[in-house]
Amino acid sequence: MLKDEDRIFKNLYNDFGWDIDSAIKIGDWSLTKDLISKGRDWIIKQVKDSELRGRGGAGFPTGLKLSFAPKEVGSRPHYLVINADESEPGTCKDRDILRFEPQKLIEGCLITSYAINAHTCYIYIRGEYFREGQRLQEAINQAYNKKLLGKNACDTGWDLDIHIHYGAGAYICGEETALLESLEGNKGQPRLKPPFPALVGLYGCPTIVNNVETIAVIPTILRKGAKWFSSLGKPKNTGTKIFCISGNVNNPCNVEEEMGIPLKDLIEKHAGGVIGGWNNLQAVIPGGSSMPLLPKSICETITMDFDSLIKVKSGLGTAGVVVINKDQDIIRCMARIAKFYKHESCGQCTPCREGCGWMWRMLERMADGEGTYQEIDLLYNVTKQIEGHTICAFGEGSAWPVQGLLRHFRKEIEKRNYAEPLVKKGSNIPYLIDQHLLEKDNA
Amino acid sequence: MTIKKISKIQPEVFEFSKENLLESEKEIKKYPKNRKGSAILALLNLAQTQNDNWIPLAAIKYVAKLLDVPYIKVYEIVTFYSMFNMTPVGKYFVQICTTTPCMIRGANKLVNVCKNYISKNQNQLSENKLCSWTEVECLGACVQAPMMQINNDYFEDLNEGKAKEIVQQLLEDKFPEPGSAKNRNNTAPENGKTSLLEVKNA
Repeated sequence: MLKDEDRIFKNLYNDFGWDIDSAIKIGDWSLTKDLISKGRDWIIKQVKDSELRGRGGAGFPTGLKLSFAPKEVGSRPHYLVINADESEPGTCKDRDILRFEPQKLIEGCLITSYAINAHTCYIYIRGEYFREGQRLQEAINQAYNKKLLGKNACDTGWDLDIHIHYGAGAYICGEETALLESLEGNKGQPRLKPPFPALVGLYGCPTIVNNVETIAVIPTILRKGAKWFSSLGKPKNTGTKIFCISGNVNNPCNVEEEMGIPLKDLIEKHAGGVIGGWNNLQAVIPGGSSMPLLPKSICETITMDFDSLIKVKSGLGTAGVVVINKDQDIIRCMARIAKFYKHESCGQCTPCREGCGWMWRMLERMADGEGTYQEIDLLYNVTKQIEGHTICAFGEGSAWPVQGLLRHFRKEIEKRNYAEPLVKKGSNIPYLIDQHLLEKDNA
Repeated sequence: MTIKKISKIQPEVFEFSKENLLESEKEIKKYPKNRKGSAILALLNLAQTQNDNWIPLAAIKYVAKLLDVPYIKVYEIVTFYSMFNMTPVGKYFVQICTTTPCMIRGANKLVNVCKNYISKNQNQLSENKLCSWTEVECLGACVQAPMMQINNDYFEDLNEGKAKEIVQQLLEDKFPEPGSAKNRNNTAPENGKTSLLEVKNA
């Protein structure tokens, strides 16, 4: 188990108070000036050496992302955008950072903005987090009053302004290009990539988009050193991460742990175990609703890091662990997730807009036992036609959970949906009058 | 994508109050000069708060004029984002998260409470026109499930009884105390912390 001194978010449960004086007491804003004076290349090199991977879901190496920003500022200004549009079912880590650790985020913004040559930073918060946004605004004001932001921020000679932009309840705006569209005042519909936002982003200017948690850990990494961070966790999956354990556990909670912690430890030690005991476990969604679920047999041994979970055809995602026990109807649970995606699809690409609705309707029928056995393959076929055929990763995000269900709980579905199909494959369809035209001999 | 009903009863004019006009100027200033359009979401939010949680067509026109963008662009944004209501929802707007993490912890019981006490169907005003309720997708407080949002505040760790108390208070035009119904320490485990143990309450 991770030692308390190695935990980055010491105020995760608001034991110290969130205001700037308390934050400075627990070590925020110390040495910030010295860190920045070591220069851009040093900052980016340190982040690269720490092997920090983006905490927003995709796990892209953060150091590499920062290095994509053009080295020199051309005719267009650079922007830093923080993605606080946390809407993935099962995930609620950013909310705690915004509420209780805002100074870590603000300090991270300053350092990162300096590293990528940005003078303006936008924090895109989901509209439902109104109180969290208010809290963050107060924290930003406090930082301005202490001259840690604004002109010559923190005495570093760098100017930085941070603005909060509220979303209005669209999950898709968590996708980076959709977020930029929304920030520009449009509907949140993702853009085609390339060009990538690092070159053509907000208002057509070079923009780096990062998750709240990613940015909030950067100051601590620089202070304690990349070596310290990379010594935690596993190779290529380093550091600590906030896990959100929800669902059928005795004590749902957020907890910061080392990457690569066994899932069983996480559930038993921190969340008080599965309701009804470990043997009552049915399945676990390891990384927010977009990631395929894992059956109990895999949960026994799996460790929570990006690469191990990819090996079992799932993913760490945002580390929102949803535990489902045997009292729940697993098909119904997945049907509800499919409904979520049906509701949140932005409607730009046909496979996703139509397919998400199909998946939901088919799963609802299957949960009622009204499907036929052939439809199970048809459902799989539909997921395959969505995955990889859309502009953004929403297509994968909606198809993978259904694929996970089919992979691990096919027997459950077959047990309930055994009816013969009305129209069998390959036979002549009686009510098609022009059937003879379709047959080769008559063609 | 959500289907939005547009209210048949519409006020003829809409204008920002003085404070909101100042606030909207502040919002516009956040963005580069030729990018006023970025403030659409913020202004619509202000309009919605000013107009009892819903946006009339007159407000859409007003915002479009204020920002120099076509009416249809503001209209399309109002219909795209699910937080904007185009029909009256009452002074207290109850949103219940029913996505899987909340569902498996009993969000449906909260839905039943609302059905029994507020109105039979979602998006329908209660008899005294104070309240309405709706099911929404994940609100991002999964470890405190089941939960609901009333206007801007989160009510967490609910159960059937607590939800009933809250709804009854709303119907009497009182706003209950937001936060965890179990009085737990934010997102820490309910029966005591398992990490950050050396840290004592400051």
